[in-house]
Amino acid sequence: MAVAAEERLHVERKKPRPLSTNSAIAHAVKDLDVDVVAAYPITPQTTVVEKIAEFIADGELEAEMVHVESEHSALSATVAAALTGARAFTATASQGLELMHEILHIASGLRTPIVMSVAMRALSAPISIWNDHSDVMNARDSGWIIFFVSSAQEAYDTVIQGYRIAEDSDVLLPVMVAYDGYVMSHTMEPVVTEDRDSVLAYAPKRPFPYKLDPEKPVTLGALADPDWYYEIKYQIVEAMRRALDKAREADEEFGKRFGRKYGLVECYMCEGAKSLIVAASSYAATLKAVLPRAWEEGLKVGLLRLRLYRPFPEDLIVDALSNVDSVLVIDRAISYGAPYQGPLANEFSGLILKHGLGVNLVSVVAGIGQRRMVDDDFLKLAKLAWEARTVRKPETIFYGVRK
Amino acid sequence: MLVELRFHGRGGQGAVTAANILASAAVLEGLYAQAFPYFGAERRGAPVEAYARISDRPIERHSQVREPDVVVVLDPEIPKIVDVARGLKPGGKIVFNSPSAPLNSEELAARSWCVNATRIARELGLVVSGWPVVNTAMLGALVKATGILSLDSVVKAIKDYFKGKGRLGELNAEAAVEAYKQAAPCPH
Repeated sequence: MAVAAEERLHVERKKPRPLSTNSAIAHAVKDLDVDVVAAYPITPQTTVVEKIAEFIADGELEAEMVHVESEHSALSATVAAALTGARAFTATASQGLELMHEILHIASGLRTPIVMSVAMRALSAPISIWNDHSDVMNARDSGWIIFFVSSAQEAYDTVIQGYRIAEDSDVLLPVMVAYDGYVMSHTMEPVVTEDRDSVLAYAPKRPFPYKLDPEKPVTLGALADPDWYYEIKYQIVEAMRRALDKAREADEEFGKRFGRKYGLVECYMCEGAKSLIVAASSYAATLKAVLPRAWEEGLKVGLLRLRLYRPFPEDLIVDALSNVDSVLVIDRAISYGAPYQGPLANEFSGLILKHGLGVNLVSVVAGIGQRRMVDDDFLKLAKLAWEARTVRKPETIFYGVRK
Repeated sequence: MLVELRFHGRGGQGAVTAANILASAAVLEGLYAQAFPYFGAERRGAPVEAYARISDRPIERHSQVREPDVVVVLDPEIPKIVDVARGLKPGGKIVFNSPSAPLNSEELAARSWCVNATRIARELGLVVSGWPVVNTAMLGALVKATGILSLDSVVKAIKDYFKGKGRLGELNAEAAVEAYKQAAPCPH
């Protein structure tokens, strides 16, 4: 009898419910028993914090919601809360992330174990409320661990994995979980949520070890003169290296407990592929639906989905690139005036050189300000990737722009 | 199996909610579903669109629906200003909140379904700020016209959506049931 009841409970627990990615993230925050949330609303992130506020008002989450007057303050309050030993969360997008920029570096410099979700959105001016990756790409060198997720379920799971990684004493770095604004933030999909006990057993609260405490006063982030500043920053370099193994472990363990794991990168239809397309977030998901058509047309093109971006899962990416003749990197941000104008393409170019890989690179900028990309467009990119096996394409292609 | 749907309505009329409830109903049936709004700066009263996908397999695709199998039109005036048949698949269906198909094309009218959801909403007192709330009635008409989901799942999804909001769940569920009864191929 007891076994049967337990089985029923298990089935009940695994029943998916329709949630948008924004809602799924709010559920993760609730199930992680986060203590402090400080946030400022900005579309398309707003419904994340609205939902969290609802959970707090309904007594489903016992947390302090700090209403602040800007994103600069939102992240400042989140960092401060974490430094007192609380589990703290914030969420933002676009201009909000830019306004946080100063505090991004302070969060990593103070080794603050917080998680922030980013509903990626284009940057002003001109104003665009639509999606691209300019906001996160501008934050990539701020010492944060950065994940790109491709479904509402993965967003839920990755926020949970994020705290396990961030609060690990070998890491102590802030984590960003980024996903496409609107295209994912506002799309309802089936999501399985887990009960709080299981989530906390997987990601137990491990408060910041050098916490601010009036009984035992300490100073954090004080002046570091030229004799020490460099070492403190170098410690982030080392923590980032360790974070790679910790992220791998966190995903493995998550898979064992909850039956879902993603890998740090995902290679889709890579078996026998001669070309790869590199994509993140919703484009990677859509490519999964389109690539079978490319193979039907004789284009043996696989997908390399970038899930963990910082630290860069170099070995896994090199492995994937070792088996192909060409790689097409889709960038959804512009690096103005750079050798390749796609920031990711520059990193792949460096990687190919560093490892002496004989792979032709194609840099493609696409979907800026959510310029529409449909199946046929992705199919065209698959053709471009395929052609690049034999024809070099040295300049960044601005796909879909009117010149 | 993959069914793609597009909802046409006016900002504030509940097209997005209709798509969300439909997706919830599909999930209740153990199917995979997606629902999302047109990603724009919406204004109350302006023409809006919402989309849904229903499949028996996980849905990876995250791009807009361009060639729907089914179109649902919440406002009878919308076809005058928006091409509601845009991209409709051959053999695809349109479900109108209208006593007759507001279309010039005989061929399209022949595969259109009609229901007077405005009247059903008014009779049930489903009126907010002077606007009849037709979205839940249209879901009843939609499942009658297409058979993609059962009326029971739609009714349950509606009640779930309005949980904790008094009689609204009952009334909206009744609207769906009534529209299911009344929906029929549009008269020529």
